[in-house]
Amino acid sequence: MTDLPGLPSRRSFLKATAAGAALSGLAVSAKAQSTPPPVPLHEYEPEYFQPEEWQFILAAVSRLIPSEGEGPGAIDARVPVFIDRQMLDTYGTASDWYMEGPHDPAADPLLGWQSPLTPAEIYRQAIPVFNAWCKDTYDAEFADLGDDDQDAALTSLQKGEVGLRAELRDFFTILLSNTKEGYFADPMYGGNHGMQAWLYIGFPGARANYKEWVERYNVEYPLGPVSIKGERA
Amino acid sequence: MARQEKKKDVVIVGLGWTGSIIGMELAQEGLEIVALERGPEQNTVPTFKYPQMIDELKYGVRFGLMQKPRNSTLTIRRTQAETALPYRSLGSFLPGDGVGGAGTHWNGQNWRPQLPEYKLRSYVEERWGAGIIPENMTLMDYPFSYDEMEPFFDRFERVAGISGKAGNINGDIIEGGNPFEAPRSRDYPMPPMPHTWDGEKFLNTTKAMGYHPFPSPGGIASTSYVNEYGMQMGPCNHCGFCERYGCYQYSKSSPQTSILDALRRMPNFSYRTGAEALRVEMAADGKTATGVTYFDEAAQEEVFQPADLVILAAYSLHNAHLMLVSGIGQPYDAVTGEGVTGKNYAYQITGGYSLHFKDESFNPFVGSGANGITLDDFSISQIDFEREGFIGGAYWRAGQTNGQPIRSMSLPAGTPSWGAGWKEAVGEWYGHAMGISAHGSHMAYKTNYLDLDPTYKDRHGRPLMRMTFNWQPNELRMNAFMERKIGEVVEQMAPDLSNPSFKKDGAQYDVRPYQTTHNVGGTIMGENATEGPLNRYSQAWTQHNVFVMGAGNFVQNTQYNPTGLVGGLAYWTAHAIRTQYLSNPRPLV
Repeated sequence: MTDLPGLPSRRSFLKATAAGAALSGLAVSAKAQSTPPPVPLHEYEPEYFQPEEWQFILAAVSRLIPSEGEGPGAIDARVPVFIDRQMLDTYGTASDWYMEGPHDPAADPLLGWQSPLTPAEIYRQAIPVFNAWCKDTYDAEFADLGDDDQDAALTSLQKGEVGLRAELRDFFTILLSNTKEGYFADPMYGGNHGMQAWLYIGFPGARANYKEWVERYNVEYPLGPVSIKGERA
Repeated sequence: MARQEKKKDVVIVGLGWTGSIIGMELAQEGLEIVALERGPEQNTVPTFKYPQMIDELKYGVRFGLMQKPRNSTLTIRRTQAETALPYRSLGSFLPGDGVGGAGTHWNGQNWRPQLPEYKLRSYVEERWGAGIIPENMTLMDYPFSYDEMEPFFDRFERVAGISGKAGNINGDIIEGGNPFEAPRSRDYPMPPMPHTWDGEKFLNTTKAMGYHPFPSPGGIASTSYVNEYGMQMGPCNHCGFCERYGCYQYSKSSPQTSILDALRRMPNFSYRTGAEALRVEMAADGKTATGVTYFDEAAQEEVFQPADLVILAAYSLHNAHLMLVSGIGQPYDAVTGEGVTGKNYAYQITGGYSLHFKDESFNPFVGSGANGITLDDFSISQIDFEREGFIGGAYWRAGQTNGQPIRSMSLPAGTPSWGAGWKEAVGEWYGHAMGISAHGSHMAYKTNYLDLDPTYKDRHGRPLMRMTFNWQPNELRMNAFMERKIGEVVEQMAPDLSNPSFKKDGAQYDVRPYQTTHNVGGTIMGENATEGPLNRYSQAWTQHNVFVMGAGNFVQNTQYNPTGLVGGLAYWTAHAIRTQYLSNPRPLV
């Protein structure tokens, strides 16, 4: 097993101070009280996405952050649950944004979001267009393609080559952003399950208290993450 | 018909840094004061409390403490030939919302501009001649001197609680401080903060290169502190949640930490939240204001608040908008160059390098908004403008402010943006990278300005303000210069990998990525009424009982973060009102 950067490895635990060791002892007892596991992902009933959309989300995020190799994939981190919940929140509904017309969705992208559609509406309208493009190109919808074809199709989507009209052109950008958000956000939003993504990179989450670590130069911080709700990993 | 409130001596629009300062100063005069804050109430507890505040998604990514564009935004275009479009979702800059305003969610980086910056046009003309000033550049002197402003910078630093190390006290250069700073009358109120490994590496390398690095000053408490209002700060624990967040432990300078609880105890001061100022009302002759009409969010109705004195203390862009919709100062016309309100909008130009060291641990989540080491060897006072081909300068800084993984994930150039390669890279490089940034001055131009949009309206039916802004060759040349010079430091530091991120020649303004919330100008001060809408005391030339606060008053941007000058100017204006205006209300110039 390689010594992953930031992971509380054997090496870093050996470096840990007495105070740090005492804290990790506390973490073990608190962990025992953590909440019961959520419903398995394949049994999760989406709040926003319809079945065909949900199949797409599951398939797409599993290529954007795949499970193979070190560290959790987006599926392990339950990123699809995060994205689903975001759709009905202020983000998905663009309820904080200025959405008055007239709209010029084909404007220079440097001028920012100009689509009349909310992020949730873009998911709803873009997924069928992309699936139809996959069918034309690969003779199957995205979720039914092999890994290599899925990667190639996502690359075409990223490059703007799948025939999305201007109102939908930010689809890949928001899909990728939302995937990474779900990977690294606090687990109370549905993703980053078990804080696995934080453990993987070595981010201590909501600890937010490092006074004695400022001048410990080039020494890896040893403690695992805590969440806003007090879970530990 | 608007409901009318009982008349007050003073109405203040906005309760951020400047509204709090002017509120406290004028409350000490015994005046009856009301402040109108469009956003919600915000206190350290419960608004910023642990652990709810430690939420990158809610505050860092979804902008929980920022103004909602739905309620307030503007349109943006790069050139007059373009049709401006709404800034529909936040990106490039982040105006704050609620009590405390942008003062709650800043990083705390606090500066006094350098000596040449106060009289920059004169400085350029005397040294190199007016011939080096680009035709499009509207370079100006500030209508006050550093010596006049020094006591007010000092006052703000003591109220806000700034940590730092002096480099020049009354002309004596202090080892370890910034030798290029304007001379200060005394040291900072708190010693400098400790700095992290990235700052230490930068310090050692640049010192060996003969430069003059020093600990970055900032409104982050290095120790416990009590200010003149009796407000208390506790030492920072480097939690790494400053910018975009309220401080959960009373360590970051803010209206909440430094002023508001003391101000709330003044019986002659009150404030209303959910009260959005719509326009300043004028007397029949137009020579004075009679008060402010605002929208009462709870009652869903317009309310007129009469007052003898009107203080605009909203965010710079909102002050400009209120002045434009209220007819304070003649609107600037970019074609004729006439008019003053909306003139000289300016910004900040930044760039930086990321450096990746695979065998070193930076613990990037250990940080504060003003953590680190700065150097001013390429600052505005140190550059030969004629030789280098630009007017301006920048400070350089290395100091991690946060390691929040959604936004602060520094990966080597060429890393795929998704897939197995991306996942491998975040595991390999998170915690093993640092940055060096350049934070540069931004001059004002005839073609960068604010006016009213002809098409888009806000929820009250007022025209949105329109920003016309683009990068200019002068700033892009400066950025290229900084890229070359920082590149020499990067080479000395010998990272495994590094990559620069600076704007390139011909770069167009992109509103999407966050840059800075240093939107300055538009309501500038001037020596006379044809230079800017405000005089040297931030008093409107056209209505002597209207005073305007904030960075909109900057004639062009300095190389530093604006809050130090904003705070100094607020105390300078408060002093002028207290000592000159109240006894005899009139134009002070």
